[in-house]
Amino acid sequence: MNFSPIIWKEWMLIRKKPWRFLASSMVMPVLYLVTFGWGLGRGMNMTGGTYLEFVLPGIIALSAMNNSFTTVSTSLNISKLYTRTLEEVLVSPVSPWDIALGRTLTGLARGMFSALMLLVVGVVSGVHMHFSAAFFAVLALTAFCFGAAGVAAAMLTRTHEDMANVNSFFILPMSFLAGTFFSPDKLPEPFRTAILVYPLTHASLLLRKLAAGGDPSTVSVLVLTGYTAVFYYFAGRLVKRRG
Amino acid sequence: MIKARNLSKFFGSLGAVQSLDLTVGKGEVFGLLGPNGAGKTTTIRMLTTLLAPTSGTAQVSGHDVAVDPMGVKRSIGVVPQMLNLDIDLTCAENLEYHGRLHRMQPKERHDRGEELLRFVGLWEKKDEPVEHLSGGMRRRLLIARGLMHRPEVVFMDEPTVGLDPQARRMIWGLIESLKREGITIMLTTHYIEEADALCDRVAIMRVGKIIALDRPGVLKDSVGKFALECIGRHDAPRQFFLSREEAINSGRDMCADIVVRDVTLEDVFINLTGERIEQ
Repeated sequence: MNFSPIIWKEWMLIRKKPWRFLASSMVMPVLYLVTFGWGLGRGMNMTGGTYLEFVLPGIIALSAMNNSFTTVSTSLNISKLYTRTLEEVLVSPVSPWDIALGRTLTGLARGMFSALMLLVVGVVSGVHMHFSAAFFAVLALTAFCFGAAGVAAAMLTRTHEDMANVNSFFILPMSFLAGTFFSPDKLPEPFRTAILVYPLTHASLLLRKLAAGGDPSTVSVLVLTGYTAVFYYFAGRLVKRRG
Repeated sequence: MIKARNLSKFFGSLGAVQSLDLTVGKGEVFGLLGPNGAGKTTTIRMLTTLLAPTSGTAQVSGHDVAVDPMGVKRSIGVVPQMLNLDIDLTCAENLEYHGRLHRMQPKERHDRGEELLRFVGLWEKKDEPVEHLSGGMRRRLLIARGLMHRPEVVFMDEPTVGLDPQARRMIWGLIESLKREGITIMLTTHYIEEADALCDRVAIMRVGKIIALDRPGVLKDSVGKFALECIGRHDAPRQFFLSREEAINSGRDMCADIVVRDVTLEDVFINLTGERIEQ
């Protein structure tokens, strides 16, 4: 295993521009929180609590997804197509699986960071949530899952436009449809079942349940774990094909 | 150190490299010379494991590029055509990162990094972010990075492309130093004088094939010793002679203003293909 150089480089880049890192991690989730939580959701109540208490776990899942996927896929795509810095790693004796793992872990770190920052903002704002090891484990699994998806997408796409299309047709619809801002139960069939295809739906459902003090759904854990395994497998295979 | 047998790469029906055969010995500086699109970079990319050959075999330092790519990667240094340094990192950090990728120990990384930054004349710039360096300095840093882990074989793809003559001379000096140290180097270039000055042997490539391979002197002697050109008459073909006097005498009958000069590798290329290398 020799993925640590990739983590080291990411850490060096963050150390050099910490404010850029902080801002890029926080802007979008805070916007969602302000818009849907404090703005649109003010005064709204869901079963058993406020809308803010309902929506925050979903926005945390969304934030973990967005930050891990976007930062990994964008930087890797640029590194592959524009700066060509990826070639330095590809001609070094670091295995494709380690390259995929290193990149995925940088996505995990960024996803976790933005989610935790959002958690702090929520708690400071008075949102009541239950925290458990399972909650943070699901959060980490979500960030890892989408970090791996980011690696796979970046390695699969041939142009920057292709990458933008992945965001437009895969990530953006999932952000809004995967039960982040509403309960999937409110949707009519077949949409209610259809959105269960999204891994983010299961991340949101799991975090919401755990934040409310409930037990996680085994099916959602299995689906999220399955997606993680599939995304990581493709990430490694696609890096191997390139190098 | 490098062996290629019947090595080919096709992109669809386009044969970028076709049935390439070559052997490069230890300590040799071997040049791939040819115009853009000749297949030089594709050859280097196959030999450095970045591109899978369509057919044929290749070995670097005894490791087959298809069977044992990790063995190849451990033994090679690559200086790509594109300046693919991390511009947010400093010169020293770029080398540190490379050393980590090659599992070098901390002290070794530090000492080797310092040695190489001095070697390429960038020691004073060690803490400068790469984005502040000129193109020539970046190219020198790229060479230092390619040598960081003490590779047995170094591949340089157009190592002086886009540089001014002074920076180019400096890079040549670095390559000559490496040659004296006995490092095996394969470089691609479309600069005639570069291949002539640096390479022990040169393979001239055109549309994916090697059309001539030998020592620069032997290749040039196959054409003649002196080239005769008519100034201002592009329709008049170059002629080659064994002596300067013979060339001058022949030129007097051809046109008013003539140039008689030493034969170059470009003359070899023109003689073989009827085209120029440098566009």
